[in-house]
Amino acid sequence: MDATIQILILAIPLFMFLLLGLLGKYLSPKIAGILGTTAMGVVTALAYYTAFNYFFSGDPNFQREIIGEHGETVVEHLQYIVFNPVWLEFYGNLHINIGFMLDSISAMMLVVITTISFMVNLYSNAYMRDHDGVYEKGFQRYYAFLALFSFSMLGLVVATNIFQMYIFWELVGASSYLLIGFYYTSPAAVSASKKAFIVTRFADLGFLIGILVLSYYTGVFSFMDFTSAPVEGLADTYHISLDTASTVLATKFAGSAAPMFMGCSVLTWALVLIFMGGMGKSAMLPLHIWLPDAMEGPTPVSALIHAATMVVAGVYLVARLFPLYLQETTALEIVTVVGAITAFYAAMVACAQVDIKRVLAFSTISQIAFMMVSLGVCRPEYHHGVGYMASMFHLFTHAMFKALLFLGAGALIHAVHSNNYTAMHGLRKYMPVTHWTFLIGCLAIAGIIPFSGFFSKDEILTACGEYSIFVYIWMSAVAALTAFYMFRLYFLIFWWKEHKVHDPHHAPHDQPWPMTVPLIFLALVSCVAGFINFGDFVTYNGEQHTFDLDWTVAGISLTVAVVSIAVAAKMYMKENPLPDKMAAALPRLWDWCYHRFYWDELYMFITHRIIFGLICKPIAWFDRHIIDGTMDAFATVTNKASWSIKGLQSGNVQTYVWIYLIGALLLGTITYICLI
Amino acid sequence: MDYSQFLAMKQEIALLVVFLLVFLYDTFMPKKAQNATAAFTTVVFAIFTVLSIADMFCPCSTADATAFAGMYVTGPVIMAIKNILNIGVLIVLIQSIKWANGEFMIVRRGEFYELLLVTLFGMYLMISARHFLLFLIGLESASLPLAAMVAFDKKRYESHEAAVKYLLTAVFSSAVFMMGLSFVYGLAGSLYFSDINLMIFGENSALAVVALAFVIAGVGFKLSLVPFHLWTADVYQGAPTSATSYLSVISKGATAFAFLVVMVQAFGMFYEEVWQWMLYALIILTITVGNLFAIRQKNLKRFLAFSSISQAGYIMLGVIAFNATGVASLMYYVLVYIFSNLAAFGVIGAIENATGKVDMDDYNGLSTTNPRLSFCMMLAMFSLAGIPPFAGFFSKFFIFAGALQQGTIAIYILVLIALINTIVSLYYYLLVVKAMYIKTEEPCQIPTFRSACTERLGLWISVAGILVLGVGAVFYNYLLEMTTSLGLFGSIM
Repeated sequence: MDATIQILILAIPLFMFLLLGLLGKYLSPKIAGILGTTAMGVVTALAYYTAFNYFFSGDPNFQREIIGEHGETVVEHLQYIVFNPVWLEFYGNLHINIGFMLDSISAMMLVVITTISFMVNLYSNAYMRDHDGVYEKGFQRYYAFLALFSFSMLGLVVATNIFQMYIFWELVGASSYLLIGFYYTSPAAVSASKKAFIVTRFADLGFLIGILVLSYYTGVFSFMDFTSAPVEGLADTYHISLDTASTVLATKFAGSAAPMFMGCSVLTWALVLIFMGGMGKSAMLPLHIWLPDAMEGPTPVSALIHAATMVVAGVYLVARLFPLYLQETTALEIVTVVGAITAFYAAMVACAQVDIKRVLAFSTISQIAFMMVSLGVCRPEYHHGVGYMASMFHLFTHAMFKALLFLGAGALIHAVHSNNYTAMHGLRKYMPVTHWTFLIGCLAIAGIIPFSGFFSKDEILTACGEYSIFVYIWMSAVAALTAFYMFRLYFLIFWWKEHKVHDPHHAPHDQPWPMTVPLIFLALVSCVAGFINFGDFVTYNGEQHTFDLDWTVAGISLTVAVVSIAVAAKMYMKENPLPDKMAAALPRLWDWCYHRFYWDELYMFITHRIIFGLICKPIAWFDRHIIDGTMDAFATVTNKASWSIKGLQSGNVQTYVWIYLIGALLLGTITYICLI
Repeated sequence: MDYSQFLAMKQEIALLVVFLLVFLYDTFMPKKAQNATAAFTTVVFAIFTVLSIADMFCPCSTADATAFAGMYVTGPVIMAIKNILNIGVLIVLIQSIKWANGEFMIVRRGEFYELLLVTLFGMYLMISARHFLLFLIGLESASLPLAAMVAFDKKRYESHEAAVKYLLTAVFSSAVFMMGLSFVYGLAGSLYFSDINLMIFGENSALAVVALAFVIAGVGFKLSLVPFHLWTADVYQGAPTSATSYLSVISKGATAFAFLVVMVQAFGMFYEEVWQWMLYALIILTITVGNLFAIRQKNLKRFLAFSSISQAGYIMLGVIAFNATGVASLMYYVLVYIFSNLAAFGVIGAIENATGKVDMDDYNGLSTTNPRLSFCMMLAMFSLAGIPPFAGFFSKFFIFAGALQQGTIAIYILVLIALINTIVSLYYYLLVVKAMYIKTEEPCQIPTFRSACTERLGLWISVAGILVLGVGAVFYNYLLEMTTSLGLFGSIM
C-alpha cells in the first residue's frame, strides 16, 4: 500500500517547523501565519482522508468480518502498519523502529489533532496581534513551535512501538515547554514553563523505567507484540488480541514464576510506572500542579496542547496498552482510584477560581480524570467493555468542546485584556458570537442533551455503574460539580451585572473572522458529535458494537446537571450577596479550594526544605570534595605520567628501533611465558 | 588459464587506469596544461569513486570472486571497505589541490599523485590478499612510496628528517615482519592464509608465538600501535600536511582492515589463546600512551599524530571483538575517522597554506578572525572525542558494543579502560576548542583570510559526513546487515 499520504502527514509539519524556525526571520509575520495555517490545512485534509479510508473503504487491511460470540457477523477494525523502518539497531530483537500504525484509536486521534491544530493555527492569525493589527514579537517562532507540536503529537499517536511513543512523548513535552514560555520576558511564563517541563520529566522518568522493565522482561518494544496478533494471509496487518497479552506474559514473564518486587509482580510495577508517565502528561493528582500554571502560555496554545491533545496523551497511552493492563487489574484499579480522586479534587478547585483560564484548566484536569476512570473501570465482561469506548468517545467530544471553550476564553481575554471574570461581567450583549458558542461549550461539558458531552459522559457513568455503585455515585457528584462551576463561570462572564464600558470607542466586540470561524465550527461539532455511534469505530477489541443509551443513567445525570445549573443560575445570574455568604459560611473550604488545597505550597516545602536541604546539600558537599577530589587526582596522575614518559619520544631513530625490537620480543616472550 | 578471473580485480584495474591516465597526462601534456594535473587527478579519481560505489549496487558484484589460485579475493564487504578508502582519498585529493598548485611544486606535482595512487593500489592488494606473498607486495608498495611523499617539502629540513626516519623504521619493521613470516612458513609449509589457519598449536608453540608477535609488530608499525609507534609524531610533523592526512587516515584505515583479515583468516585459530592477549596489551598501551603524549603537544600536527595513535587503539577494539559486529563497527569507525580527521587536517592545511602557522598558541582566538574554520575544527574535535550527536560518538559506541559482545570479563575491563581514556582524550580535544573560542587579551595571530574553494569543498564534505553519519544510522545498519548475513569469516572470506 502506498504510504505517501501517511509520510506527508508527518513530514509537512516537520518541514514547516524547520522552514519557519530557520527562515522565519526572513518572512513577514503575515506570510508565516498563512504558510503555517495552509500547511496544517493540508495535513488536516490528508488526515481526514486517511481516517475516512480506514473506517469506510472496507479494505481487507483495515477491517474484516468475523463471527461474534452469538453467531452473528461482526466487523472488526484491524491494525495496519503503514511503514515501520528500523531507526536504530542494536542487535537481535533490540531495535527501535519509527513507524506509522493505523488503527481505530490512532485514526480517531489523527482527526482530533489535525482538526484542533488547524483551528488553532487559523485562530492564532488574529489572536497573536493587537487591536491595531500589529503582530506579536516572535510570531514566526510561534508558528514554528505549533508545527513542531503537531508533528510530535501525530508521531506519538501513530507510534508502532513504545519507544517511538516515548521519543515523541518527550518531543511534545519539549514543544509544550517552548510554547508555555513563549512570552519569555515574563517571569511567570518562564517559571511556568520550567515547572511544566520538570514535573512532566519527573513523571517520564517513571515512564522510562516502566518501559525498560517491561522490555527487559519481554524483550520487545513493539505494541503488536504486546497487544495484537497477525491476521493470517495479510502482511503488516494485526488484530487486537487479548490472548497475545496473556501469552506474552505467560511465556516471557512467568519463566521465573512472575518475578516479584516489593510485594507486586514486576508487570504491575512496569504498568504502574508507565501510568506514572501518563499521570504527568495528563495532570493527574499529585502531578497536576504544572497544568494550571501552563495557562501562562498564549490561549490558543492552551486550547491545543493543554486542553485537547497533549494532555490526553496519558489516556491514550493507557488505551494503547489496554490489553496489557487488563492482564493486571491491580494497575487498572490504581488508574481508577487516581482518576476518581483527581476528578473530584479538580472540580472542587474549579468552583473557586477567579482566572477564567484556571477554571478551564482545572475543568480539563477533571475531565481527563473522567476518561482515566472510564478506562480503569473497563472490563470486557461489563457490557462489552463500554468503559474503553466511553473514554475514547469522551476524549473526542471533550477535545472539541474544551478547545471551543478555550478559544472562546481567548476571544474574551483579547477583548478585555484580562484573565479575570471580574473584568468581564455582562459581556453577552457585546460579543454575541462568543457568547452563544461559549454557552454551547458549557452545555456540552455540563452534559445537557443533545450536546456531545451528554452522550459521552453518560457512557462513562454507565461504565462506572457496571463496575461499582460507589464509583458511579462519586463520578455523578463530580458531574454535578462540573455543571455547577461551568455555569458559574458562564454567568459571571456574561451576566451578573451590566458591563462597564470605559471607553465607548473601544467597547468589547466580537473578534475578526479567523477567530470566530473556529468558534462556530467547533460549536457545530459539539452540537452533533454526540449522535455519532462511537461503538462502530472504537471498542476495546476492535469489534464493532452498538452501545445503547442507558436512559436510567441518562435521566439521573440529566436531572443532576439541570439542578446544578439552576443552582448556579440562582447564585450568579444577577449580582447578589449569596456567593459571598456561602463563602463566609464555609471559610475553611473556600480557602482550601481557592488555594488549590495548598498543593503548590506542599511541593515548595518538599523541594526546598526536604530535598534541597537534606539531600542536595550533602550531595553537593560530596560532589565538591570527594568526586572533584578524585577527578583532580586523576588529572594530576595523568599529567605526571605524561611528563615521566616523555623520554621515550627522543627523536633519535636508533632508540625508536631499539624500543620497537624490544617491544616485539617482549610481546612474544611474555605471551609465551603466560601460556606455559 | 582462465583470464576472466582477472576481471574479479576490477577495482584494482580501474585504479591502475586512473594511475596511467594521470601518468600520461603528467608526462605528455604541455607545460601549461600540467598546472591542472591536481584538478585532473581529482576529477578522474572522483569518477572512479562514483563508478566504484555504483558498482556495489550492481547485482553482478554481490558474489565473491577469487583470482590467482585464491591469492586474491574480493566480495561485497571488501568492495565496501575499498570504497570507504576511496571517499577518504577523494577528500585528501580535493584538499591538496591548493598546496599542489604552489610554486615550488611545479615540476613535481604529478609525482605526488602518482605515488599516492601507487600506495593506494598497494593497500587494495593488502586488503584483498589471502596469501602472504601478495600481502607483502601490497604492504611494501603501500609503505615505500610514502617515504617519498613525506620528503616532498624539499626545502624544509624536517621533511627530509621525517622521510629518513620513516624509511629506516619501515625497512626495519619489514625485516621483522618477514622474519615472522619465515617462521610461519617453517611451521605451516604454506603462505596461504587458509593453510596457516590449519596449523596445529602444540609442540612448536614457542616459535608460533614469536612468529605471531613479529607479524603483529610488522603490521603494528603501519598502524602505529605502541610500542611500534615512535616514528609517527616526527613523521607527521615533518611531512607536508597533505601527506600527513593521507598517512594518518587512509594508510591507517586500510591497514586496520588488512590486519583484521590477517588475524582472522590466517591466525583465527590462535585468537582465544594467543593473540587476543597480545592485542589486549597493545590496545591498552596504545590508547593510554597515545593519550598521555597528546596532552602536552603544542604543534597541532604532532598533536593529531598522538591523537591518531590513540584512535588506532580504539579501531583495534573492532579486531579484538572477533565477530561480524566487530567488522561492521571497524568499517564504520574508519569511515567516521576519515571524515573527522580530514576535517581537522583540512582546517590545519588551510591555515598552514595561508599563514604557515601550525602551533596551538597561534590558534588562540581563532573564532574571532575565522569563525567558519573554527566551527569546522570544533566539529572535528567533538567528533574525534566522541561527543553525541556527532558521528564519532556513534562509531565509538558501536565499536564498544561490538567488543562487548565477546562477553568475557577481560573484554569488559578493556572497554572500561578505553572508556576512561576517552575522558582524557576529551581534555586535549577540548584544549583546541578552548584555544579557538575562549577570548584572549591579545589579538589572534592568524588574520582573517578566505580559504581556497577546493579547501572549502573538502571541509564541506567532511563536515557533512560528521553530521550525516551522526544522525542517520542507516549506513551502519547497512554495513551490519552485510557482515552479519555473511558471518565473521564469510564477510572477509
